[in-house]
Amino acid sequence: MIIGGIDIAVLMASLMVGSVPILLAALGETVVERSGVLNLGVEGMMIIGAVSGFIAAVTFQSPILGFLAGAACGAAFSLIFAFLVLVLQANQVATGLALTLVGIGISSLAGQGFNGIKPPVTGAVPMGPLRDIPFLGPMLFRHDWVVWFGLAMVAVTWWLLNRSRAGLIIRAVGENHEAAHALGYKVNRIRLLCILFGGAMAGIGGAYISLVRVPQWTDNITNGIGWIALAIVVFASWRPGRVLFGAWLFGGLLVLGPNLQAAEYRIPVEYLSMAPYLITIVVLVVMSARKGARMGAPASLGQNFHASR
Amino acid sequence: MLRLEKRPNPSRFWLWFTPVLAVLLTMTAAGLLFAALGSNPFTVIRTIFWEPLAGSNASYFRAQLFIKAAPLILIAVGLAMGFRAGIWNIGAEGQYIMGAVIGASVGLAFYPTENRLIFPLMVAAGAFGGWAWAMIPAILRTRFNTNEILVSLMLVYVAQAILAKASFSFLRNPEGMGFPGSRNFSTYPAARNFDLIERSGLHWGAFTALAVAVAAYVLLTRHGIGFQIRLAGQAPRAARFHGVSPTRLIIFCLGTAGILAGMAGIFEVSGPAGQLTENFATGYGFTAIIVAFLGRLNPLGIVLAGLLMALTYVGGSLAESRLNLPAASIQVFQGMLLFFLLGVDVLTNYRIRLSRSQSKGAGA
Repeated sequence: MIIGGIDIAVLMASLMVGSVPILLAALGETVVERSGVLNLGVEGMMIIGAVSGFIAAVTFQSPILGFLAGAACGAAFSLIFAFLVLVLQANQVATGLALTLVGIGISSLAGQGFNGIKPPVTGAVPMGPLRDIPFLGPMLFRHDWVVWFGLAMVAVTWWLLNRSRAGLIIRAVGENHEAAHALGYKVNRIRLLCILFGGAMAGIGGAYISLVRVPQWTDNITNGIGWIALAIVVFASWRPGRVLFGAWLFGGLLVLGPNLQAAEYRIPVEYLSMAPYLITIVVLVVMSARKGARMGAPASLGQNFHASR
Repeated sequence: MLRLEKRPNPSRFWLWFTPVLAVLLTMTAAGLLFAALGSNPFTVIRTIFWEPLAGSNASYFRAQLFIKAAPLILIAVGLAMGFRAGIWNIGAEGQYIMGAVIGASVGLAFYPTENRLIFPLMVAAGAFGGWAWAMIPAILRTRFNTNEILVSLMLVYVAQAILAKASFSFLRNPEGMGFPGSRNFSTYPAARNFDLIERSGLHWGAFTALAVAVAAYVLLTRHGIGFQIRLAGQAPRAARFHGVSPTRLIIFCLGTAGILAGMAGIFEVSGPAGQLTENFATGYGFTAIIVAFLGRLNPLGIVLAGLLMALTYVGGSLAESRLNLPAASIQVFQGMLLFFLLGVDVLTNYRIRLSRSQSKGAGA
């Protein structure tokens, strides 16, 4: 099916692929924010995941090890944030920013000598004859396993937050940490686990950029995707299902540009490159205007907890 | 076991000593990093922090120091006011770019007219550009309660696209033989941001930065709106009862930050940078966030912090050329500094105590 010179199946397929980094990072951040922590360092954790995943995948010639390394390094990097915010009671906004600034620096330091290398290919999941179904085949059944992992994580985080006991505790900590503390929950320990989860998810998302989306290493490779992921969490009112919708929307926008150019629409590059950011702003405005003040944000979001007793 | 105990009041001593401690800790950690990269840490630290001040060519480096410090101080003073009130403008980089683009456009529109009023007009246009760019998150925040952190940051990417557009099309030098980039301001005396004292690096921006820092200090400590800013940051509820209008405060803080960032942009493009190119913006808007915190969100502290941060730029590029230190390591250094600053700040608000149960064992 071709509309306006664009093959819809290909567009949908690249949308699913293009949305993976945003989806993973935003899902992780959703859990973090539901526990009452605002980690603005998503961009930094993603780029750390991108560079470490790339280095590991190239060194061991294994994409799987790359993604594992991305997750591990993303989580390890978020540990710095956790220590500063949970133990040393530092301001969450400023610490998150610092995480991003340092992450970009460290990644370009670590990535030296890895420019211009092709990473090992992350293969498609074998789907047998399903691949060859017209339209649906190219759209759905030729994806690599990370795409499926991302979709599975939507279900997992939804179940975790809304149906599991752990989710109930996480939400309690995020809504009212004093009350959760009084009930005997270890507020900061729970938040630490959530932050680590967010770091690992952002790390995998970053690794996906350098291993599949681009695929090579260049400085500043994430180029604001982490910030878009943060915006999507707000857009989704902190709900995993809507995160998926938001990620697809923005994934679509990111891939629409190249598709339009391939179809020889004459739109200046500059306008295409600013479009996702402008649309993010528009969406944020619409969301915040429609729902009034807090739109379902966790009540303790951004506040540090220090047990005086 | 170590335990944190909240102080009834922030410690005066630690308030001013924590930045010093953070710098020392960063030097130590960075030394380890440099050693891991295969350089002698003492040589590197010396090259960064001592050579530009006292080594050979010190007068050249001192000029570079002021050139780098001026935009950092200008931007950071504006940001600090917002940070104090809990208004997080992290898109100063975008406001800086827009100041440069609008200001340069106005200046180049008059090319090659020679008139004394052109430069002041450019500065005003630059300030307007930064202000207008900052008004977008400000108005969205006050009208629709949209998160100003995300909006101001998104606008950095938009501004970068506009900058690229400017240098490739509407501001491209018609005599530049097709190369991207605007006309060079060094060939246009009426629009040039001169060094007021020759070869000192002290251009208009440096003096403006100093004046702005003093004015901001007076505003914060002696003026009603400064009181409101501090109150809104420290006790939002009390501020509401006092009748502080959040709308006014947001418009004021973001607007001031935008004006100052825009001015920094136009001073930079018409002076040290010389022309508008795609790579014009080098991250002053983000580094200024570190400067603001290093200066403890106090305008006078920010002047010192800006000079120190400028030193890491100048010394860093020196270490880069002399010792082959990777350029990104200076970025890491600056980021680490922010980590340590935020970390040791705990000493200002908390006492570290040994828990009673284990203090006997730990005392040995």
